[in-house]
Amino acid sequence: MPDAATTPAAVRVTGVDRVFPVKGGTPVTALTGVDLTVAPGEFVSLIGPSGCGKSTLLRLIADLDEATSGSIEVFGTPARTARARRAYGIAFQQAALLPWRTVSANIELPLQLHGIDRRARADRVAELLDLIGLRDFGGHFPDQLSGGMQQRVAIARSLAEEPGLLLMDEPFGALDEMTRERMQTELLRIRARTGAAVLFVTHSIPEAVYLSDRVVVMSPRPGRITAQLEVRLGAAAERSEDLREDASFFTDVTAVREALHGQDSGPSRGVDVR
Amino acid sequence: MNPGVEAVLKRVLPPLALLVFGIALVQLLVTALSIPPFVLASPAAIWAEIVAYLPAIASATLVTGMNALWGLLLGSVIGIALAVLASRTRVIDGMLAPIVAAIAVVPIVALAPVLYTMFGSTSETARILIAGIAAFVPVFLNTLRGLRQVRSVQRDLFRALAATPGQVIRTLTIPAALPHFFTGLRVASSLAVISALVAEYFGGPRQGLGAAITTAAANSAYARAWAFVLGAIVLGLAFFLITSLIERAFTRFAR
Repeated sequence: MPDAATTPAAVRVTGVDRVFPVKGGTPVTALTGVDLTVAPGEFVSLIGPSGCGKSTLLRLIADLDEATSGSIEVFGTPARTARARRAYGIAFQQAALLPWRTVSANIELPLQLHGIDRRARADRVAELLDLIGLRDFGGHFPDQLSGGMQQRVAIARSLAEEPGLLLMDEPFGALDEMTRERMQTELLRIRARTGAAVLFVTHSIPEAVYLSDRVVVMSPRPGRITAQLEVRLGAAAERSEDLREDASFFTDVTAVREALHGQDSGPSRGVDVR
Repeated sequence: MNPGVEAVLKRVLPPLALLVFGIALVQLLVTALSIPPFVLASPAAIWAEIVAYLPAIASATLVTGMNALWGLLLGSVIGIALAVLASRTRVIDGMLAPIVAAIAVVPIVALAPVLYTMFGSTSETARILIAGIAAFVPVFLNTLRGLRQVRSVQRDLFRALAATPGQVIRTLTIPAALPHFFTGLRVASSLAVISALVAEYFGGPRQGLGAAITTAAANSAYARAWAFVLGAIVLGLAFFLITSLIERAFTRFAR
């Protein structure tokens, strides 16, 4: 990992508020006083109940939305510049593939938009198809694939330009539990190979613990960060399915759960404790 | 036999056999029951008229066909242009929607006599306009729906990829709209033919298919009227086939 003192953080969020104006009503404060740093190569999960602003925070970092106040830097540049320079790759809960394009054409979309020539695109697509284990599916159309396969294609697309930062907004949220666990292990493997920093939005506690170096716990009304927990389960490359049955895994799951539930006395709605 | 050819034959032969059987049956009935030609013209008589009047049928088909084609082009271009405007500006959408809804339920050919007096009885302009208005409605409605197919997550993706507005239109908006546009175009192409032809029933120049059919029927030349009707059928099929081929060329779905 590069030296933190000389390399700028992958993400640095300082004092960010986001207030949504409501027509003829009181404005909704989606985020207030958020400070967050993600080191290069670090895997950070944002977890919290629905309405805690975790997706809003991710959208602000991706420059898909603008903060009301505060500053957001990605690799030392403002979020807007970072987006224009394609500093990050992004994946959403929906795969958001273009149905009229083949799997290969979907993966190469970012490269094509940025003027990479055809041969270089084809080479990169072949690499990525290998990486996601869909080598024989390049010529298929999205609706011929299962939901898990579509999401893998979306992840390959987000990796196309070898970004130093991956922003993922509940990418496995729409998948069944078995596929989801397989995809999590897959993501760990991909991440170990690319060394990218990842900011991962989820509402599943085991998912956050299994994947992350650090879990950031958020709470709603108004959306804010209430706790940050280090997960010491080893590097991505060393984590495997066995970890899910490991005592240290359960310890961390319990810690995150307590951090989530400690924030208000009622049951925290919207949080998966699967 | 080549499996491709075999597949085509399997699809084409049964309806063709039915058609031949139907024609033979009609011929048999007409001859056996000595049905008068004003009730039902015999296929043999119609065939004789087709052979005798082939150049006249061809030129009448061409006249009506050109009216339908110009109308289809005019209606499509205006339909696409207004759909693009309406998809971008809510105000224009609000102004257009009720008017198009009104046009959609008005029998446009009813305008024919009025337009003939406007443009003069020797001009084909009125018919092109009628075909154009008829074609405009489905093209406009379907293209507008197509332009609204882009989902917000796709928009987010293109924004995250720092795509230029031109790239968004070329790579996202147009491909998403195409299937709907072609649905509209297919409906419009048959409407344009029907409108151009029926408009001829209400007056104007006499060179087209519609005029030829009414003239033949008025002169008790029933078999000849049928011969011109066949010209109209061929014309309608040609428009349908051509729009289907264009659609195929543009939609690169492998299914």
